[in-house]
Amino acid sequence: MRKTLAVGRKEFHQIVRDRRTLSILLLAPVMFLLLYGYALNFDIKHVRLAVEDRDGTVESRALIAAFVNSGYFDLVASVREDRAIDHLMDRNEIRAALVIPEGTGRAINTGRTAGVQVLINGDNANTASAVMGYALAIVGSVSSNLLVEQRGVRLAPPVSAEPRIWYNPELKSALFLVPGLIAFIAMITGAVSTALSIVREKERGTWEQVRMAPIGTPAYIIGKTIPYVLISIASAMAIMLAAMALFDLPMRGSWLDLLLAVSLFLVGALGTGMFISTVSDSQLLAFQIVLIVAFLPTFILSGFIFPIASMPAPIRLVTYVVPARYFLVALRGIILKGIGAAMIWRELAALVIYATAALGLASIRLARERG
Amino acid sequence: MRRTLFLIWKELLELRQDPKLLRMLLLAPILQLTILGYAATTDVKNVPVVIADADRTPASRDLIERFEASPYFSIAGVVTTVDQIDPYLEQASAWMALSIPAGYGQAVGSGTPATVQVVADGTDANSTTVALGYATTLVATYARSLAGQPAASLSARSAAAGQGFSLARLGSFDPQVRVWFNPQLESKDFMIPGVLALLLLVMTAVLGSMGIVRERELGTLEQLNVTPLGRWQLIVGKLLPYGLIGAIDVFLVAAVAVFWFQVPLCGSFLLLFAMSMVYLLSTLGLGLFVSTISNTQQQAMMTAAFFVVMPMMFLSGFVFPIENMPALIQPLTYLIPLRYYLVIVRGIFLKGVGLETFWSEALELFVFGVAILSLAAARARKRAA
Repeated sequence: MRKTLAVGRKEFHQIVRDRRTLSILLLAPVMFLLLYGYALNFDIKHVRLAVEDRDGTVESRALIAAFVNSGYFDLVASVREDRAIDHLMDRNEIRAALVIPEGTGRAINTGRTAGVQVLINGDNANTASAVMGYALAIVGSVSSNLLVEQRGVRLAPPVSAEPRIWYNPELKSALFLVPGLIAFIAMITGAVSTALSIVREKERGTWEQVRMAPIGTPAYIIGKTIPYVLISIASAMAIMLAAMALFDLPMRGSWLDLLLAVSLFLVGALGTGMFISTVSDSQLLAFQIVLIVAFLPTFILSGFIFPIASMPAPIRLVTYVVPARYFLVALRGIILKGIGAAMIWRELAALVIYATAALGLASIRLARERG
Repeated sequence: MRRTLFLIWKELLELRQDPKLLRMLLLAPILQLTILGYAATTDVKNVPVVIADADRTPASRDLIERFEASPYFSIAGVVTTVDQIDPYLEQASAWMALSIPAGYGQAVGSGTPATVQVVADGTDANSTTVALGYATTLVATYARSLAGQPAASLSARSAAAGQGFSLARLGSFDPQVRVWFNPQLESKDFMIPGVLALLLLVMTAVLGSMGIVRERELGTLEQLNVTPLGRWQLIVGKLLPYGLIGAIDVFLVAAVAVFWFQVPLCGSFLLLFAMSMVYLLSTLGLGLFVSTISNTQQQAMMTAAFFVVMPMMFLSGFVFPIENMPALIQPLTYLIPLRYYLVIVRGIFLKGVGLETFWSEALELFVFGVAILSLAAARARKRAA
């Protein structure tokens, strides 16, 4: 115990001496939360639209006005020919185009259906399907207004769905981002800060001293991780407070549960870094492995941005070994849904297993290296 | 020139001595692209839905079957009362709940408008919006099929519902939607070029960022400093061997994208390769710049992870569209080389366009690469002096 603390103190002094690393660990997370919290969202507005109105009647102009007034589309160009649309689309200057053929107004007035064309740039499938939804809704509502005007009928569908959104009724992106960012940043600070710790000793030639030191391997590992656990918890809490102050993030659950989940995840992340450090021969390799084993999966396989349910079945299986997956469910549950530890015991248990496994593997590897 | 060649030779020898690293640099991108390429999909499918069916009539089961049959939803459970859905949503075992009130079947049978409630978990705002859209569309389609049923009950239904039947015969707009470049709206084709760019970034920025600081930490920078190697020679000597690895990686990941994932490569491969080399100038340049401003490899790693890789992931338009960002942040994205490269790769892959279309992005990418390399070279001399 005393020896563990001594290792911890030594590591702590080393961190404090390295001003840049310390300030990155403490300040960068909050800074990036601010930046990304403002910058990132999926709300699709201001879709750049080009219009080709070959009709030029009251009806066609009414349809164009409906697009512009919806707030979703910005009219950036009025063109006369199809070729111009090709060009604008290729140059990424527009995302959608509305083509109204000649005779549209006449068709409407004589009670016939008039076809209008909506062209959408599909390169980003997600944006494209949202844009398609907007366009169909706008054309639909203009059409049904016409029906009301012409025939005085109002249609009531036999069944209608009434949507409700829980936990985040305004669908604020920041609310969904913050738990993800905490997980992401905790993973980086955790894994990155320990990934070099042992391989550095090897590279610098101080490894013999570590080998000979009269201290058990688990005690050594725990000593090495403690300072980083403390620093990373401080930075995770700073992210929470900043998000509450700036983005109105509600904290609906208990801080104690949050602390528990964050600590478990951090210990696991630090253990992962430590394990990577024991298997690498150079710091360069350790960095490379961290990015590939910890960084990218936390970003892509955790459900942070890409929904796990949509992934193909074999990949869904892979996500079960991505600890961030459990951490995210736990964080969203505690912070946004206000549920207690009892409701997410499965996720917490998974995190306990992860933390034990990571530290255990690191200890075994290190014990073998020390001989 | 000869000196540079010697340095390049030395770097290659060093790489050969670290077989684990070499294996990592060549195999990891293939493996990663195969897994992440499947995972990085913004499509919303198989959304787990819990159903609170307080009605329990053939009519309510009919609606549930619609949800079951849809590829967008999968049924996570069927319960009887509304409050039973809470644990499902809280534990995230369902993302959405459909609540069918008692008396629903009777209402539908007698032609009175009935309402079902769709509750969605808003903590994943993006998927929620999409899934809600699917659910309301599904219910609307279902309603239309009910209204269109030529069953005996139609006569009993209100006149308004009957009107739905002949809707097409009234004067109205009929929108024909055509999606260009990606008619099936698969996010795969859009995301995989992005993952490819991200992997190239990760592989090369790391190499660069450790490149010089590593020599410093090991004390071999002193040795390099006493050789007559100039600052540009140092940077170029580091850049070329890493660039070579990057070039091999470009081949590997492009092959996985085209042959494994069948992403259509509409444009020229040669152009893709050339533009990737220009992109590597800036990713390696950023790495080397980080390397020259760091004292230890740990510092370099922190700086590269937080200030190079993370902003590239979030601010480049890889997943979060730049046009959605606030006007204040948008100018920042011009400093992200991945932003330009993404336009270029997606252009070459999906639209088959050439330099005449994205020359400005190509130019900006090139200028960025040269500028950051010059900065790195300037810093390198300062340190060496």
